[in-house]
Amino acid sequence: MARITASVYSSHVPAIGAALDLGKTHEDYWQPLFKGYEFVKQWEQAQKPDVVFLVYNDHATAFSLDFIPTFAIGTAADFTPADEGWGPRPVPQVLGHPELAAHIAQSVIQQDFDLTIVNKMDVDHGLTVPLSLMFGQPQAWPCRVIPFAVNVVQYPVPSGRRCLNLGKAIRKAIETFDQDLNVQIWGTGGMSHQLQGPRAGLINKEFDNAFLDRLIADPEGLADMPHINYVREAGSEGIELVMWLIARGAMGDLAGRAAPTLKHRFYHVPASNTAVGHLILEESK
Amino acid sequence: MALDKPYLDVPGTTIFDADQSRKGYWLNQFCMSLMKAENRTRFKADERAYLDAWAMTEDQKQAVLARDLNRCISLGGNIYFLAKIGATDGKSFQQMAGSMTGMSEEDYRNMMIKGGRSVEGNRYIGEKK
Repeated sequence: MARITASVYSSHVPAIGAALDLGKTHEDYWQPLFKGYEFVKQWEQAQKPDVVFLVYNDHATAFSLDFIPTFAIGTAADFTPADEGWGPRPVPQVLGHPELAAHIAQSVIQQDFDLTIVNKMDVDHGLTVPLSLMFGQPQAWPCRVIPFAVNVVQYPVPSGRRCLNLGKAIRKAIETFDQDLNVQIWGTGGMSHQLQGPRAGLINKEFDNAFLDRLIADPEGLADMPHINYVREAGSEGIELVMWLIARGAMGDLAGRAAPTLKHRFYHVPASNTAVGHLILEESK
Repeated sequence: MALDKPYLDVPGTTIFDADQSRKGYWLNQFCMSLMKAENRTRFKADERAYLDAWAMTEDQKQAVLARDLNRCISLGGNIYFLAKIGATDGKSFQQMAGSMTGMSEEDYRNMMIKGGRSVEGNRYIGEKK
C-alpha cells in the first residue's frame, strides 16, 4: 500500500528560484538562506520518495480570472514549468502520477471535498521553487509530483479548518492506493509577507515562529485561526500559510498514531519581500 | 445583507475579494495577456493602442500607463496579475512592492534586510504608531 512518510514545509519565493537559476546562491545575501536547506537535500537523498503530493498556489499563471478553483488536483502525466513573464525557469519537466492522482481525486471527492480535476496546466514558481530547494538542480526530478493548487489569491480562500480536514482526507486516500509507494506531502507558501500597498514589506517574526510551534504541536488549535489574523499579523500574502495545514492534516497523529518527529526547522528573513520558513516532520515508525 | 468583511480596517492593504475581482476583471485579464512574449512586444510598441483593445475603464488605463500600482489595486487589480506589467518592464517583485510604499528602492531593500516592516502600529487603520 502507499504510505505517507513525511511532510515538508517551505516558503516558495520566486526570487529564490531566480537566485538558483542565475548562480547567486553564494552571494552574502543568499548564503544564509540556502544553508538552511542543506539538511533537506541530504535527507531527501536518503528518503527517496516515489511521489511528492505538492500543495502550492498558482500565482495568476495557469488560472486567470476565467475560472478560480479553490482546490485543483493535477492528474496529468506531465506539467511544464511556466513562463511567468520573465521566461520559464530552466528546470526539468515535472512528471505526474496520473494513477495515484486520479485515485486521490475519486477518494477525496467521495469524502465531500469538491476538487477540480486538471488534466492540463503549467506550473509556476509556487511548485518549482520548493522542488529546487529540496532536490537541488538535477537533470531530472528524482520522483513523481502531484500538483495540488489552492486558491489563496481571491478571497475568500479556504479556512484553516477546511485545509486541515482536507489533509486528513488526502491521507485516507493515499493509504488506500494499492501500490507500494513512499509518498511525501509538502505544504508551501508564506511565511509573513505583503506584496501590495503602502504596508508592503510587512514581516512578523513572532507570528511566524508561533505558527511553526503550533503547526508542530497544536495543529487542531491552529486550524481555528481566522483569516483576518493571518492578514493583520502576517500580511495580505501571509494567508498562503493556510496551505501548510493541508500537509499537516495528512500526518498520522491526527489519525490516532504517534506524533511525528521534527527533523529540521529553519527560519530566515528576508528573501526579497518575504520571511522564509521550513520544517520537516517525519512520520513515526 | 452586506457580507462580513473584517479586513477593511487593515491599513495600507486592499484584499482582493469577489467585489474587487469583479471591478478588476478586464484590468487583470489584460495583465494576463502579457504572459505571451508577442503581446509584451505589441504592448511596448504602443501601450495606449494595446490598452484600448480591452474593456477597461479610462481610470484603469491611466493607472497602467502611469505604472501607479496602488491605483491599479484600488481599481480592482491584483498584485499577481499586475506583476506581469512589472515583468514586461523588467522589474523585480521587490521593485514592484517597494514602488507602492513611497520609499526609494534602496530604502525599501534596506528595510527588508533589517527584518522588514514591523507589524507594530500597522494592524489597524488609525492606530497610534
